[in-house]
Amino acid sequence: MKEDKAKDPGDKGGKAGRGGLAFLLTSSMLGLQFLRQRMRRPAGTAHPSPVPSPPHSCKGAAKTSGITLEKDGNDELIRRRRRGTPLILCAFAVGMGGGIGFMYLYWNSGSTQWLGSTLALCLGGFGALLVLYAHWIVRHELVAAPREEMPSGREEREQFYEVFSSGADDIQRRSLLKWMGAGAVALFAAIFVSLFRSLAREVPQTMFTTVWKPGQRLVTMQGKTLTVESLEPGSTMTVFPEDNVGSVKAQTVLIRVDPNLLRLPEGRTDWAPMGYVAYSRVCTHAGCSVGMFEANSNLLLCPCHQSTFDVLRGAIPTGGPAARALPQLPLYVDSDGKLCARGGFTGPPGPGFTGMPA
Amino acid sequence: MMKAAGRWFDARLGLAKFARSAMNHVFPDHWSFLFGEIALYSFIILVMTGIFLAMFFHASAAQVIYHGPYRALFGVPMSSAYNSALQLSFEVPAGLLVRQMHHWAALIFLVAILAHATRIFFTGAYRKPREINWIIGLTLLLLAIVNGYLGYSILGDLLSGVGLRIGYAIFLSVPVIGPWLAYVVLGANIPSESTIPRFYSFHIFIVPALIALLLAFHLGIIWRQTHTNMPGPKRTDKTIVGSRLYPSYTFKSIALFFIVFAVTAMLGGLVQIDPIWTYGPFEPMAVLPGAQPDWYLGWIEGAMRLFPGINLHFGHWVIVPEVFFPAVLMPLLLFLLLYLYPFLERLFLPPDKIHNVLLVPYEQPFNTAFGSAVLMFLLVLIAAGGDDVIAVAAGVSVVTVRFLLRILVFAAPALTGAIIYSICVTMRRHARTRSQESTGEPEQPAEGTEALSAPPATGEHGSPPPLSPPGLPSTP
Repeated sequence: MKEDKAKDPGDKGGKAGRGGLAFLLTSSMLGLQFLRQRMRRPAGTAHPSPVPSPPHSCKGAAKTSGITLEKDGNDELIRRRRRGTPLILCAFAVGMGGGIGFMYLYWNSGSTQWLGSTLALCLGGFGALLVLYAHWIVRHELVAAPREEMPSGREEREQFYEVFSSGADDIQRRSLLKWMGAGAVALFAAIFVSLFRSLAREVPQTMFTTVWKPGQRLVTMQGKTLTVESLEPGSTMTVFPEDNVGSVKAQTVLIRVDPNLLRLPEGRTDWAPMGYVAYSRVCTHAGCSVGMFEANSNLLLCPCHQSTFDVLRGAIPTGGPAARALPQLPLYVDSDGKLCARGGFTGPPGPGFTGMPA
Repeated sequence: MMKAAGRWFDARLGLAKFARSAMNHVFPDHWSFLFGEIALYSFIILVMTGIFLAMFFHASAAQVIYHGPYRALFGVPMSSAYNSALQLSFEVPAGLLVRQMHHWAALIFLVAILAHATRIFFTGAYRKPREINWIIGLTLLLLAIVNGYLGYSILGDLLSGVGLRIGYAIFLSVPVIGPWLAYVVLGANIPSESTIPRFYSFHIFIVPALIALLLAFHLGIIWRQTHTNMPGPKRTDKTIVGSRLYPSYTFKSIALFFIVFAVTAMLGGLVQIDPIWTYGPFEPMAVLPGAQPDWYLGWIEGAMRLFPGINLHFGHWVIVPEVFFPAVLMPLLLFLLLYLYPFLERLFLPPDKIHNVLLVPYEQPFNTAFGSAVLMFLLVLIAAGGDDVIAVAAGVSVVTVRFLLRILVFAAPALTGAIIYSICVTMRRHARTRSQESTGEPEQPAEGTEALSAPPATGEHGSPPPLSPPGLPSTP
């Protein structure tokens, strides 16, 4: 995890880990002890449970509704049982040890790493136990069973139609019922769809409008007004209208470029006093904040899908998936030398929708 | 004791007959059949860990100040959702473990579903009578993708905020109804107070309930139809070969549950995932370079990055925004094609019949080539979803990477399809020569192998004629 996490995971984890380890050792010693006792017994003589004879002989075949293709013999079963038991007990010890270690760590605020590892040991131990059990102890078999044919038999189908049509005869005015049913379904559907109005209460009257008003000063995120001296050429800043600081819709990127390089579209030539240009900071592609500016190429870059916009030419897209230019904010410098907006953006900011002015 | 309980229930429900037939239900033993089970078990783990997380999570965008032990964010204003996720991660005992297990289980869930679908497709298991389960399965895949997105979008961190903003643009891009749709789903433009509570109720209630319901149908149908079999001796359209539910399959299946759970716990404990505290709270002005969705949405993200900046417009008005084509239309068409595949395939094949014995992939070259091409297409798109990361790692410009990927996204699937097709045809020819040479010899036991039992006469989409085992009862 993070180093600067409040708790110190290393210390507690270590202490708890030693506890878990001690437990693991103890439980595996117990398991070994048990094994030693079992092994002292002469093999094959004193098994507490005799292996049952295979249950499915001729009679069994009918009950299982299939036939057995392969099956372990009893000798094989006994041999595997003897060899598998120690492994299974080991898996059991691991599972128990892991689980108890997890409990211990949990109650002693163990670290995430130790908790996860011990839990995995616990679950993995029992998982391994079951796998080993299936492999070593449970009798292996391969069974073939007939599949039920899916289409119903002709007789079944005929009986169905008979019952169905005799029932239908008992329902009078069926066509009236159908019409009423259709009407009711249509009405319920209409009511259901109408309820979506509750979910979209504020459907966007504001989608076409812009937050910027003529004459508004540009301010920073901290509310400071900006003068023509505020930015060095080649640098950039996020600005807002003075009455709407922090507005997502109004967020604007202000860039100062070399005025001689500007190739703004027709009619916008006086929108960039002293090389200050301002564009909507919301990407026209998918609405991310167009937060990166490359001064060498005068490109704005959206970090989400790598669309680039040429700042010198009215922020038209020059690469990547965006199709529309970033809306421009016309600027002027007022009598106090402050940067102000002449009016709103040239279009609605943000991603496109049907009916949006292109 | 058990016997008494059994009798008690049988006296009231008459279960003996059903229980007997259930215990005798035969399951095929082949490793490739386990993917579906892994998906099922990771769903159970998701529900279990999710219930724990729901005890602590506040699905609210209300602003609070963080006062928890994580010092880097101390005193920072954030949403209540993000605050509770931080508390869960740093203060609740085992909270971070369970949160990371939940996220890992979601990734395993989706990988398992995809692997399962791939197995189904490449072996032709979607064919009659199992088309319904193919459709339900694809729907489950869609729901799993949706719920993954909902899940990581509600945490209120910067990464999820970026994802929500892109989601808003995608909904908005739907022609005509877009703005309405975006507001119905998200409540308002991002950031919106309504989004987190709305997503939360979908994430923990509506979508999981749908998944559980469809899972029940999925399993009920496969129980009724019985599984397919990999080709092998005695495996025919009328006979299923494998082990019975009781006793052997029960052991194996419960073991698999424990192992999936153990792997999830190991990953959740040792491998960090979605470290929300490093991103910080969502701020609309902030940018997050190198941001990527989880891999199962990477293909849509990649398509959005590769699709050129083209929109449909009429005069001065946008009709269809550029986002619609890669983010809505492409996934819809892809899923539509997959949904309809079993039925479209019928147009080019002989009359339909029951398929209960699978074909190994090389026995159906077109199918395998098509499936591989689709997978390659998705793989290139997922790579494109990280084109900026690739560019940085390779030391070239994003423009170059994008240019190459725009070619690769069509070239790689076409090439893959062609190569796989020719490999399949060659393998099929060799297999047939081999089986012709070895006629008369007893067939090898094919359990767990791809041993071919199809005789040379089999067509591309035909299955081998039934090898009726002598003495096998044809009715129960």
